[in-house]
This record gives sequence, structure tokens and C-alpha cells, in this order.
Amino acid sequence: MNVAITLFPGTNCDTDTQYAFEKLGHKATILWHKERTIPANTDLVVIAGGFSYGDYLRSGAIARFSPIVEGVIAHANKGGKVLGICNGFQILTEARLLPGALKRNEHLHFISKHQHVRVENNQNDFLRLLKVGDVLNLPIAHADGNYYADAQTIAQMEQKGQVLLRYSDASGAISNPNGSVGAIAGICNETKNVFGLMPHPERAIEILLGSDDGIKMLQGFASL
Amino acid sequence: MQAIVNISLKNGVLDSQGKAVHHALDALKFEGVKNVRIGKQIVLNLETNDEAKAREEVTQMCEALLANTVIEEYTIELVK
Repeated sequence: MNVAITLFPGTNCDTDTQYAFEKLGHKATILWHKERTIPANTDLVVIAGGFSYGDYLRSGAIARFSPIVEGVIAHANKGGKVLGICNGFQILTEARLLPGALKRNEHLHFISKHQHVRVENNQNDFLRLLKVGDVLNLPIAHADGNYYADAQTIAQMEQKGQVLLRYSDASGAISNPNGSVGAIAGICNETKNVFGLMPHPERAIEILLGSDDGIKMLQGFASL
Repeated sequence: MQAIVNISLKNGVLDSQGKAVHHALDALKFEGVKNVRIGKQIVLNLETNDEAKAREEVTQMCEALLANTVIEEYTIELVK
């Protein structure tokens, strides 16, 4: 699989993401934000985490208007796969490629810890190697991870299988670290080719570093 | 002409910062505060002095970038 990873001023997960995909046997290229197009042979675009443009105005608000995001939108509109991790999720909501928005965490703290999430839906390329109800242990590291969408939007997303992950404890019971509506940690768009989540699967690929639960997520995108 | 844009979270969207400040005011014994909402102010110095044109342009700026209308609302005040 050919993976393209976006790099903005302030992105800090680009090389971690590249390392993760290369370790899993894929080709991963980093794309500078001034590029306007995504290479034609790209199977997956990853908008890596970090603090693009210093989170000025709102997290992801400035990055959303950079040239590379035009390319990401064109790629997504053609049915290409896009994964936004953390700041990448924020950028995708700002670009309206994903519904809702990410607000300041309920208790205002920057949260950096391992957090369990429960798989809610696996009828998609991202979570197809997992089972509904599986509990994963992933690092989270964010100040603006409090997912919000209005009640009508949430109801539509639930109905269409767009709610993919919820924060939980180790047993799978809901446990909400940041105040997200419905404890939502990850979603996809209606056509199931654009994915966003606050946790960091690319930081969960080695037991030595606490968890390798991210492998089955990232590998979901590789062709069968 | 100057445009003063005030942006705040929509009614019904929980304002965590406002809530925290409200708690702090309570702790300082400032009573009688019903609720606190925190927003941000963006001041734009514009070349134009045409009020209608300014309002139209600043509205476009708010919709495109300055506010995220999924969670935020904005008001525009024009000062000559």
C-alpha cells in the first residue's frame, strides 16, 4: 500500500506515522503542505497529528486552507481513503469532510495518557480486522478532543454506521475522558472513505511501548 | 472602517471555559452570576468605508474562516 502523510508547520506525528506504516510493510511518503495534489498511486492519505499552525484561531482552522488540503479534498471526493489522526481529525472536521467539530476538553486539561476505546462498527476499511465490542488500548494526547455534533447529526451518524469508536474502560464500559458527545472517539463520513479519530493508533504498534492495538487498525487499509 | 467580530459558542453547546470561570467566581464569593460565556474578539481594520460592503465581506470571512458555524455564532459590529 502507498501511504501519503501530510506535514504542516507544527505537525509532530509525521515521522511516527511513517515509521508505523513502514514497519507494517507499506511505502509511506511525507507530503509538504505546499503540494497541491496527492500522488495518483496513493492508496491512503494520513493527516498526521500535531499542532498545525500552533492551533491558532481553532485547531485545524488554518491548515484547512493550505494547498495540500485542496488535494486531500479532491482525493476524498474521488472516493480515495483519508485518515485523520488527532489534529488530522480536527482538520477534517474544519474542512467539512467529516461532520461535527472538536471543542476544548470538558475539564480544560491537555490529556496525555493511554485510553481504552470500544469498537462500535467494523463495516468499513479502517476497523474491518476488528470485532464490534473489541476494546483497544491507545494513547490519547489532546486539548481539543471534545467531539460535538448536534443531536440530529448524531442520530443520522448512528443510523448510517458512522460512529466507529467510543471511549471506554478496559471492560468496554463507557468512560469519557474529554466530554465528547456519546463518548465518541472516532467517526467516518457517510461514504466510509474518510476517517477521523482522536487516539493515536500509530503510537500503538509495539508492546514495548505499551500496546500494539493500533496494528489491526492501520492494517485494515491494506488490500485484502 | 473597523469591524469588530465577536465569536462565541452557540447556545446549547457547553462552554467548558465559561463553566470553569463561573466556578472560580463562586469560589471568590462573587454571588449572583447566573452563567458565564467566554468568546473571542477579532478586530479587523478595513480599507473600505462602505458599510454594506464591509458587512458582506466580513460575513464571508466569518463563514469561511473566523468562526466554525458547527459550534460557534458570531456578531459583527462596524465602527467608522
